Amino acid sequence: MTVWDDVVGQQRVVDQLSAAALAAGALITADPAEARPDSSAMTHAWLFTGPPGSGRATAARAFAAALQCVSPDRALGAAPGCGFCEGCHTTLVGTHADVEVVRTDLLTIGVKDTRDLVRRSSLTPAGGRWQVIVLEDADRLTEGAGNVLLKAVEEPAPRTVWLLCAPSLEDVLPTIRSRCRALVLRTPPAEAIADTLVRRDGVDPQMAAFAARAAHGHIGRARRLATDEGARTRREEVLRIPQMVSDIGGCLKAAQQLVDSAVEDARQVAEGTDAKETEELRAALGASGAGSRLPRGTAGVLKDLQDRQKRRATRTQRDTLDRALIDLAGFYRDVLAVQVGAATELCNAELRPTIDRFAASSTPEHTLRRIEAVLDCRRALDRNVAPLLALEAMTVSLRAA
Amino acid sequence: MSVRHGMLWGMARTTKKDDPLAPVTLAVGQEDLLVDRAVAQVVAAARADDPDTDVRELTPDLLRPGTLAELTSPSLFAERKVVVVRAAQDVAADTVKELKAYLTDPAAEITLVLAHAGGAKGKGLLDAARKAGAREVPCPKMTKPAERLGFVRTEFRAAGRSVTEEACRALVDAIGSDLRELASACGQLAADVEGTIDEAVVARYYTGRAEASSFTVADRAVEGRTAQALEQLRWALAVGVAPVLITSALAQGVRAVGKLATAPRGMRPGDLARELGMPPWKVDKVRQQMRGWTGDGLAVALRAVAEADEAVKGAGSDPAYALERAVVAVAQAARSGGR
Ligand SMILES: [Zn+2]
Repeated sequence: MTVWDDVVGQQRVVDQLSAAALAAGALITADPAEARPDSSAMTHAWLFTGPPGSGRATAARAFAAALQCVSPDRALGAAPGCGFCEGCHTTLVGTHADVEVVRTDLLTIGVKDTRDLVRRSSLTPAGGRWQVIVLEDADRLTEGAGNVLLKAVEEPAPRTVWLLCAPSLEDVLPTIRSRCRALVLRTPPAEAIADTLVRRDGVDPQMAAFAARAAHGHIGRARRLATDEGARTRREEVLRIPQMVSDIGGCLKAAQQLVDSAVEDARQVAEGTDAKETEELRAALGASGAGSRLPRGTAGVLKDLQDRQKRRATRTQRDTLDRALIDLAGFYRDVLAVQVGAATELCNAELRPTIDRFAASSTPEHTLRRIEAVLDCRRALDRNVAPLLALEAMTVSLRAA
Repeated sequence: MSVRHGMLWGMARTTKKDDPLAPVTLAVGQEDLLVDRAVAQVVAAARADDPDTDVRELTPDLLRPGTLAELTSPSLFAERKVVVVRAAQDVAADTVKELKAYLTDPAAEITLVLAHAGGAKGKGLLDAARKAGAREVPCPKMTKPAERLGFVRTEFRAAGRSVTEEACRALVDAIGSDLRELASACGQLAADVEGTIDEAVVARYYTGRAEASSFTVADRAVEGRTAQALEQLRWALAVGVAPVLITSALAQGVRAVGKLATAPRGMRPGDLARELGMPPWKVDKVRQQMRGWTGDGLAVALRAVAEADEAVKGAGSDPAYALERAVVAVAQAARSGGR
């Protein structure tokens, strides 16, 4: 095994990162008397882009591990990123002292958090190799935060490496973008995802094949579908929507059901984390025990946390809705594939009879309009249209298409 | 109701239980507003009787053994006194003893008010006062909406004003659980408004102009009255109603029609209201608005409102125009089935 095992279906990117890690290692061990390796393969700031689920963050973390790899075999010419040594292992499990992974559930990353991060980045690496900052949601930096980051990316400390991740180049502020080396990940093929699920997660091959197909190239989504029955049930509910929208009553119900399910999903996520976070914060502020009073002047801190939790709930709801809409679009794309006689494998092969019925009872033009309605809804949600209203506008369009 | 004479020997005057000048008044409960009112009523009655009445407010920490005796001992001038003991449940044991003794033999020119939380704490004193036949004013916290509704009704009745049930409900909805705020809202309406206080009045004062007028826009649009809907829209925007409130009201209006139109037939009104999540009067109103609508009309209207919502939330668009388009689309859709 190596650190690259989880980077699914991205051979070109892996090759580039391996070369960079090799060059980075040579920079550390360089003996001035020796011939310099090709140091241009390494740079201080990287931008990982690719569609959701393509594994941007996983690739960034694998690269971080390779940068910290201290395998003795390296002296014998082995490639960095063994996956076993102290450096690789602690990076991958998230405990390496010189690797900071910043992941947010929030819709934006602000100036204050970014300042803290920049301060952190300028520390000398304790392990003597690299200080690595992985910013998983660089697309969420506010403009102010981007300007704070810009300075750090422009003139980094000699041993600091920034690994930024975002869905696409356009999602990152141009000033930052232009100072990073860009890596573009592709949507991994279903077979590669299924293979990973079997190999890494011990998923049954048949289930893995189903999940990989149903997840439309999204690794995390595939893993959740393969391992979480609740996620599969919710997906089935979403895929019943085309049959619910034959009248207005059904349309309104279907929209309400989608919203309810997203709210429930957010509630489940919150249940696990909110109470724990709150208790941890209380303990940190010196109020132990659930009922005890907070020390004077700390109520604001708790309020901040509650605001953050509320924003996270909003984001979980949005993500859940977005995933539901992708599933729904997938259904109509299958219908279209059947209608035009395309020889591709259906995303929802298990719904073949229903898909055939829809294909026979409508025209490709109808189906295209329905897909358009789903995509319009995603865009509307992205622009903050009230979720229930956006979904209702979609379901009535699915009916009338 | 007449008092039990056997227990009240020694009292200077025989009283009826609702006489604020009863020798002892118990204000029992934790609703501060009601306790304050009970105290104020006693003080007002005493001052009506004797403008020079001396009022002493005592908290448990001020009540030491002997304090009471000092206050209640006959003075040369035989002046009238109101002695108010706040938080009587917290009074120390030795003072409780004095209080109990006083209850069995109250002084003629003194009116004692005991404000007691009513719980298990200090229950001995409460029981003793009741046993001595004290006048009791309940001051419970009003936790249920129905209780607050009753409170609002009583407030208006006490002010001699007629008020509709919807208005009471709207006021409770708008103001919430703070009884003091509710009371002051009732007072304000009773003072400001002539004639019957109805829902529209409450909306104007308390649910905010914004909401009230955005719903009027939606009502006219859903009823298919294009011209009136546009007029209301202009007015709402002119007084500064946020465009998102209008799209939200429009969505609710159209949605309500859609839900009622497709609800199972033959349901009892109560069940129907529950199924739709609307109060019964709303169901009746929506039923009126429903005429003229078709399934296709509803689809068109919902899409138009969603488009407007997107437009008013996006930058660089003209929200007023986006809203006008939506209002016209909804009003026309309301006539898609002929009206
Ligand atoms: Zn290693």
